Amino acid sequence: MMAYAVDKEERPEVQLFRQAAEKVSAVVVQVATCDQAMAYAVDLCARKEACQLLMAGCESPLSPAADQLCGNKQQKVMAAPGLDESSRAALAGLCEENGIVLTGRPLRDHLAGIDIGVTWADFGIAETGTLVIASNSEELRLATMISEIHVAVLPVSRIRHSAEDLEAELRARMASAPNYLAFITGASRTADIERVLAIGVHGPLELHIVLLGDA
Amino acid sequence: MQEAKNLKEYRKTVGHALANDFLRQAMDNFAVAYRTSRGNAFSGMDVADLVAQVAETKDRALGELDQLYAQFKQRAEAIGIRVHLADTAEAANRIIAGIARDNQVHTVIKSKSMTAEETLLNHHLEKEGLTVTETDLGEWIIQLRHEGPSHMVMPAIHLSRHQVADLFTEVTGKPQDAEIQRLVKVARRELRQKFVQADMGISGANFAIADTATIGLVTNEGNARLVTTLPRVHVALVGLEKLVPTLGDALKILKVLPRNATGQAITSYVTWISGPAEYGGAEHAQKQMHIVFLDNGRRALARDPIFAQVLRCVRCGACANVCPVYRMVGGHQYGHIYIGAIGLIVTYFFHGRDKARNLVQNCINCGACKAVCASGIDLPRLIKEVHARIQDEEGHPLQSTLLAMVLKNRHLFHSLLRSAQLAQRPVTDQTHYLRHLPQIFAREHRFRAIPAIAEKPFRDLWPQIRPQVAKPRLRVALFAGCVQDFVYPEQLIAGVRLLAAHGIAVDFPIDQSCCGLPVAMMGEKKAARSVAQQNVAAMDPARYDAIVTLCASCASHLRHAYPRMLGDDPTHGANARAFADKVQPLSVLLNDIVGIDAGSFSPVPSKSTVTYHAPCHLCRGLDVHAAPKELLIKAGYDFKPAGEEETCCGFGGTYSAKFPEISAEILSKKLADAASTGAQVLTTECPGCVMQLRGGARSQKLSLQVEHIAETLVARLKKVDSEK
Repeated sequence: MMAYAVDKEERPEVQLFRQAAEKVSAVVVQVATCDQAMAYAVDLCARKEACQLLMAGCESPLSPAADQLCGNKQQKVMAAPGLDESSRAALAGLCEENGIVLTGRPLRDHLAGIDIGVTWADFGIAETGTLVIASNSEELRLATMISEIHVAVLPVSRIRHSAEDLEAELRARMASAPNYLAFITGASRTADIERVLAIGVHGPLELHIVLLGDA
Repeated sequence: MQEAKNLKEYRKTVGHALANDFLRQAMDNFAVAYRTSRGNAFSGMDVADLVAQVAETKDRALGELDQLYAQFKQRAEAIGIRVHLADTAEAANRIIAGIARDNQVHTVIKSKSMTAEETLLNHHLEKEGLTVTETDLGEWIIQLRHEGPSHMVMPAIHLSRHQVADLFTEVTGKPQDAEIQRLVKVARRELRQKFVQADMGISGANFAIADTATIGLVTNEGNARLVTTLPRVHVALVGLEKLVPTLGDALKILKVLPRNATGQAITSYVTWISGPAEYGGAEHAQKQMHIVFLDNGRRALARDPIFAQVLRCVRCGACANVCPVYRMVGGHQYGHIYIGAIGLIVTYFFHGRDKARNLVQNCINCGACKAVCASGIDLPRLIKEVHARIQDEEGHPLQSTLLAMVLKNRHLFHSLLRSAQLAQRPVTDQTHYLRHLPQIFAREHRFRAIPAIAEKPFRDLWPQIRPQVAKPRLRVALFAGCVQDFVYPEQLIAGVRLLAAHGIAVDFPIDQSCCGLPVAMMGEKKAARSVAQQNVAAMDPARYDAIVTLCASCASHLRHAYPRMLGDDPTHGANARAFADKVQPLSVLLNDIVGIDAGSFSPVPSKSTVTYHAPCHLCRGLDVHAAPKELLIKAGYDFKPAGEEETCCGFGGTYSAKFPEISAEILSKKLADAASTGAQVLTTECPGCVMQLRGGARSQKLSLQVEHIAETLVARLKKVDSEK
């Protein structure tokens, strides 16, 4: 596990965000640079256990149709739509070193699932540990839905206290249609069987939030 | 889905549910866990203020529903959404089937929508030859079992992991272990393949924001995101009452909805969609987005002066979570499609009188739903209003008409009670209980011993026991209520002693009658009003500092229902409001108004351990929580709090006669909880609760002694000068 030094004291809002996100089992780490964020994601993928080469649920007894979609995945796959050129280049280099495929194909070709989706987050809501992600791009949307681990990079300067504090910004985005805006808080969850919490029913099994400090 | 044809049949299905041990255990665990998680989710917040804001927001939107719809439609069409308005459930289904036909759709995936349950959309689409798959885990499970939901948020809460494993074994053709985490992963894989194939996705919406034509979806699993993204056609079916003016309004509701529903600060996903977003599927295909708004009686309801508030409902399901009856019988017996208190009401409006007739009678009137409602809907009252409306439409049952007739005439009512006292003598066997149940009480009433009518009612004893208070600090009128007057006069005598000992002059206006709650519960609104007028005329509020009662149900009814029923009455209105303002429960008068302290009681601590049952109409009806317990401690008792102190005892007046099996089960839980404190005495501040709890303790041969708090307190009273 890589460790990153946290250089200065966290703003109260950042602390609140971290606590709230961790409460819903998100993993929150802090980094100083974009490159470190990319390195974190690749490291996570490299450490993902070998048995998880199988997509979540594929080890279970399934109907023939569902089993077929499991197919055979030979390599770990990451996707990172919406990153700027330099971040993507850094990520591509690290993936190659670690034998991970950074897919360039449309994610509709990967609907069975990918290992990790890396995206940027537009805002954080401290009160609830929520990420706000403008998801107009279908690629970006799918990366946050079909990945088993979603890694979201959130600049700490983008953290606000409450959703109400973001109202004007969100309204402006909604007014420019079409618009698909996502609030994401923790991993996909259900309690539909005997009210027992189970993570990863349709979306990611894990959510990692990489706080990018004000350098 | 509740479809019993008459009350007898309904009671039979309820009986089956009561015998389902898994269901009972699951519901019990849920009821207790929910209280804690909701409390944590709202910790440090002003819940009442948040709820008031939701109510205000929804009321404002409902007042301008047509304008909001027009605004939404105009904006939506400008950004490429096709908007439809369906007058009825059938019309909504036809519109959606038409969209499917126009787009050569074969397979449909759905995310959870109570509105689609309301219209029975799946049945319709399947009849049209479409393959429809629910993708919310709970909805998928019940779809595979051909059942309706048993909870609005957790539709499969009635099923065990074993039942789900058996079902998934059938679906996959492979044996499945009853291990929840694995079953969830199986669903993930099975459903993922359905997502990949689907031509059309159907969602509901929690919000429809008019100014930006945005729909908001509040979910945990993430299936709604796939439903709205993968297929080339997205249809959202939305009840008109989901319209709000702006995002700010939606955020106000979002603050309360998940906290109240599942004890979450927010759900995993909240998705805001404004128009058909980028689509990368089949080449040359464009994403299509349709919104079908459903009226189905909503626009008329929004204009109804009494019932408009039911459209405030945000479908959090909390009214079921806290309902003592739901806890006993589960959702399939406690709603037609919509479940819980709100379900009892909207069934009448959305699915008709036939489906609602039996359901609306199964409310015990404990007020737990009202206290927890995310938008402050007066649910128990509206359930009674629906009941009354159905009776007015169909004719009143004989029993209810008779009771109404008798209660309207105090002399007739009281002489009937007196002759009943004489008639019961052969069956009381000189005890305070009826040893053999008279004809009107069937076998299922034996869960509790029924008390006998007292030899002399309080009103006959009054001239002898009336205390003289020299220089009174307060003058109060005692409102006795029929149970204490005719069954438990000793409770009133204890209460009068407590009052006199503290320098309070007590008057007992002899023309008072029953408070009228029993007839109100039976949907006899005219009789309830007539009795109220008699009582207001019987005691002039101007002459007293307070009108004190030892019965929580009377107190709550006098305080809240009298001004509502008589407030606009030209002759009684002003008096009724003044009367209601003066009503005080005994504990509040002694503890909060007079402010008595430990000095009133014997200085030697009592050896008795006491626990307390909070009557529904005291803790929720009048928001009195601390006063009775503070008095017990001041009186020197070793007080043991009970975990379910504020849970209903199962009495509910006429309810326990109508649904004795449910009443008995609620009572058993209550007594077990009280007994688990190890207390010797269980005390409470309502004669109805005493009747239920004491009768149950006796039938179950528990050593627990059940008392009215007046009796518990008077036993510890220090002799004061005026009494020497």
